[in-house]
Amino acid sequence: MQQIIYFFQKFKYFLFFLLLELIAVSFIFNNLNFHKSKFVNSANIVTGGLYRTLSDYTEYLHLRSNNNILSDENTRLKNILEKAISKSSMIDFIIVDSTKYMQKYIYTEAKIINNNYSKPFNFLTLNKGKRQKINKEMAVINSKGIIGITEQTSNNYARVQSILSKNSNINARIKGNTFYGTLKWDGVDYNRVQLHDIERQAPIKIGDTIETGGKSTIFPEGIPIGTVLKLSSGNTADNKIDVKLFNDMSNLRYVYVVKNIDKEEILSLENMDNE
Amino acid sequence: MNKNINKILFFLFLLFLQVLILNNINFLGHINPYLYIAFVFFYPLRENRFFFLFICFMLGLFVDFFSDSGGIHAFSTLFIAYLRLSFIKIYFRKLPTDYLFFNLKSEPFGKVFNYIVTLTIIHHFIYFSFANFSFQNMSMVLSNTLYTSIFTLILFFTVNYIFTKNL
Repeated sequence: MQQIIYFFQKFKYFLFFLLLELIAVSFIFNNLNFHKSKFVNSANIVTGGLYRTLSDYTEYLHLRSNNNILSDENTRLKNILEKAISKSSMIDFIIVDSTKYMQKYIYTEAKIINNNYSKPFNFLTLNKGKRQKINKEMAVINSKGIIGITEQTSNNYARVQSILSKNSNINARIKGNTFYGTLKWDGVDYNRVQLHDIERQAPIKIGDTIETGGKSTIFPEGIPIGTVLKLSSGNTADNKIDVKLFNDMSNLRYVYVVKNIDKEEILSLENMDNE
Repeated sequence: MNKNINKILFFLFLLFLQVLILNNINFLGHINPYLYIAFVFFYPLRENRFFFLFICFMLGLFVDFFSDSGGIHAFSTLFIAYLRLSFIKIYFRKLPTDYLFFNLKSEPFGKVFNYIVTLTIIHHFIYFSFANFSFQNMSMVLSNTLYTSIFTLILFFTVNYIFTKNL
């Protein structure tokens, strides 16, 4: 007994140090696991509130570029609408506009109040959370392309796992055909992501557009991602392709959070054969 | 009492300087200095060591909260906070009786330089190893450690020089 007390006396600082380090390590491991709930994240009231105050002040510096992005997007959407109207007026039978009540996705506008892109695992913070019906595992996109997946929400803030994360796995395909692969990031360049495991016979050229495939319940089909920058050299097992992103991940502000209404239905159907 | 308030203000100043300004520098795309570890260098030696370890852990954890890095900053800051005493023994050749009057400002610059460079490099190396979280890209960990350490040290010694000359 005396020995044990002596031991604790001698190594008390080291044991205290070890205890705190163990707590830190458990936070680190917890943070890297996508499906676990996290304690250390920027979507809480203190950090979220501070980032929101800061972004309210710095917002004015980006007004001009934000307006340009917005008007570009408006023009594009107006053109699509115009095309749809002219097409429907050419066909002379009654069209049941199923889009109005067969809506599959709900878009919510949100603002990025904190953005990281320089680390191997990057996260963003949004100014909306559970009160605005934003939950875990919803897609985050903007007019140019994909940004990430929501991963942790508090009442008023949400944390997004950026596509610039070594954990990110997104189903993607080449525009115009159905060959699909998995989009990952190697942690080197924030303008460049990698498309893995795409079929070898897929006809790919440099400059082809990569978009999201419809294979996931998170991202809608056909959201643009980027263009092919470099094809894989040699016969490696995973046919790796470098993709240059459309989005400049270092300069983001307004985004849309996409909710898939049918997600629960699809997932429950897919999990049925486990029984 | 006054000294405690000073310590709290220094803690908050370094924390907000780090998360609001220095985390957004992104020099050459990805290099951010981590100046908040100056807290570990300057914290007086004569204080309770349990409290010192705990407050360094909290400083790292708060930086983690803001930069979404899990517990990496907490881990590496605590690590150098624990190692600090052994490096003081090695570089300054102090005995436990000297701790009461130990002050970095009264020590020769060469020794202070060695002490701070060693702790900074250890901190940055642990930080980038955990941030990378795999044994691939070891060259990237080393180059990041090198460049970020240089940036942090230049910033630290510049700020230190300016403040000590004026006062």
